Amino acid sequence: MSRLAKQFALLKKQRSAALIPYVMAGDPAPWITVPLMHALVGAGANVLELGVPFSDPMADGPVIQRAAIRALKQQITLAHVLDMVKEFRVKDPATPIVLMGYLNPIEIMGYEAFAERAAGAGVDGVLTVDLPPEEADGMLAALKARGLDPIFLAAPTSGTERVRAVARAAGGFIYYVSLRGVTGAGHLDMGEVREKLKGIRKHTELPVGVGFGIRAPETAAEMARMADAVVVGSAIVSRMEENAASPEKILTEVPSFVASLRTAMDKARSATAELTP
Amino acid sequence: MSAYTLPDARGHFGKFGGMFAPETLMQPLLELAEAYQRLRADAKFQEEFMEDLRLYVGRPSPLYPARRLTAQWGGARVYLKREDLNHTGAHKINNTIGQALLARHMGKRRVVAETGAGQHGVATATVAARFGLTCVIYMGSEDIKRQSINVYRMKLLGAEVVSVESGSKTLKDAVNEAFRDWVTNVEDTFYIFGTVAGPHPYPLIVRDFQSVVGREVRWQIMEFEGRLPDALVACVGGGSNAMGLFYPFIEDSQVALYGVEAAGEGIETGRHAATLCAGRPGVLHGSRSYLLETNDGQIIETHSISAGLDYPGVGPEHAWLKESGRARYAAVTDKDALAAFHELTRAEGILPALESSHAIAYAKRLAPELGRDKAMVVSLSGRGDKDIHTVAALEGIKF
Repeated sequence: MSRLAKQFALLKKQRSAALIPYVMAGDPAPWITVPLMHALVGAGANVLELGVPFSDPMADGPVIQRAAIRALKQQITLAHVLDMVKEFRVKDPATPIVLMGYLNPIEIMGYEAFAERAAGAGVDGVLTVDLPPEEADGMLAALKARGLDPIFLAAPTSGTERVRAVARAAGGFIYYVSLRGVTGAGHLDMGEVREKLKGIRKHTELPVGVGFGIRAPETAAEMARMADAVVVGSAIVSRMEENAASPEKILTEVPSFVASLRTAMDKARSATAELTP
Repeated sequence: MSAYTLPDARGHFGKFGGMFAPETLMQPLLELAEAYQRLRADAKFQEEFMEDLRLYVGRPSPLYPARRLTAQWGGARVYLKREDLNHTGAHKINNTIGQALLARHMGKRRVVAETGAGQHGVATATVAARFGLTCVIYMGSEDIKRQSINVYRMKLLGAEVVSVESGSKTLKDAVNEAFRDWVTNVEDTFYIFGTVAGPHPYPLIVRDFQSVVGREVRWQIMEFEGRLPDALVACVGGGSNAMGLFYPFIEDSQVALYGVEAAGEGIETGRHAATLCAGRPGVLHGSRSYLLETNDGQIIETHSISAGLDYPGVGPEHAWLKESGRARYAAVTDKDALAAFHELTRAEGILPALESSHAIAYAKRLAPELGRDKAMVVSLSGRGDKDIHTVAALEGIKF
């Protein structure tokens, strides 16, 4: 059983939703990423999403764009990101790690070489924003051969046909994009998310997570009632940006924000559990 | 040569092209592909398009025998395809007319577009005004500084021009920002993409709309030569004017195809935009093609005297034509393009765009190689009025 499958099975037993914080590797300084990852786990994160910086992040809003620029200024490459995962694994063999980024840095490394190195470093899932299932045959083969889960997005615009295609290709969990827009945008429609999640669950046994535009503990709590996982990115990254000048502060500020998300989500779940015994 | 049927149903030209888009855009792209396939075969739509090209753009554009230039170069007979005489001064309008008609057929009332030098932005704002569509143009803040007249033109036409501050603040970042707008406003918005790059179906759509250029050349050359030309020459940034000229000749293997990229300050200096000549395959802006990138897969900033060629990618069909050997690609420096700008201006009384000047400069090299019994057609893709400030500044002249 993969680390992701194990984690989701455990959370299901505990009637809890996974909290998945996103940080950009190397932002704002390379040394901070691994200690921060450990601190996030300490604050209640169940899975970590690690951003791989790319010069042209087409689906990201300004907050994550700027994080990518900060990381690239530190010369962070895909190889460095894999080294960070390896370093993290020394102390934490259990928490699943998903890489999130764009195709080109992987393409230039080569799918097979990437999959081999990622698996060796201790990566569990790979989410490539600009690689839809239609174009993913080569990548899927390489990831599956190394036991890595391909994480795919489903969007508000995805019709039934597409949800089916995504469900067929996906492993680990399905990541539902909760709004029409880029990461960090602010116009969530909870009713639509609820309906869409129901639709997706008809086509998959995989856990379904929700992300894009979840900024506050209250929203995370609401999402935790209907989804198996809640991904929070821009809200975390903007807290890192605020403290970019004194990175040590990030190691206290960001985990305390993540802990507040955890508390709100757990409260919401236990309230739901009382309602539906 | 056997029948040329590319791209395939998913937009592939061999290993190039495809749909490398975020999931939110996949459904809209598939819907666009389907709508376009329907209208492509619809005689009424094609008639509507051709009529707009005739009455609004001023087509057909002349094929002009450049006799003084031919004599000066002492080689092949030179013909200029005068896209500079189109409404708005470049080939870009052929495509924006077509896509605006598509938008109208799909019931979209808002259009967005990216622009570098401002030519595609102006051509988009123009058709938006004519069709009564809301129009937002994304333009890098660096380009806005360099092209203030085009920015004002777009505003006069009623478009909102959004300054893009992300990344290198140039064309590639404007493309990212236009995609982000489309992701956000996908229900009512049509993205009028400016070149033969991007995810499928854009390379197909833009090529088809631009191929009116090559189709006209096929019959126009008969008046002078009584046969097809021996060579076609066009500049390549994203590659839409070149694809428009080349496409109707792809099956005619006796017609040599030459694409000319921007070598900037010289390929060896690293300051250039010669994607096909000096780049390698990768994925950017929705398709697999050649790219200018670092060893780690980050896109690098390009340089060219001509803003319209200043792009680190290139249309996937060009990548395919290069790899299959059907077309050849070369690069011309800023310096040689500038010399060609002056030479054409003085020899024929035609001020070419700096983009097109790259094609002229390469044609000058090619003419004596081909010899006097050969005929070549050079795409004069745009007029040079927009570049007068750039040229003057290089010569130390201030207005």
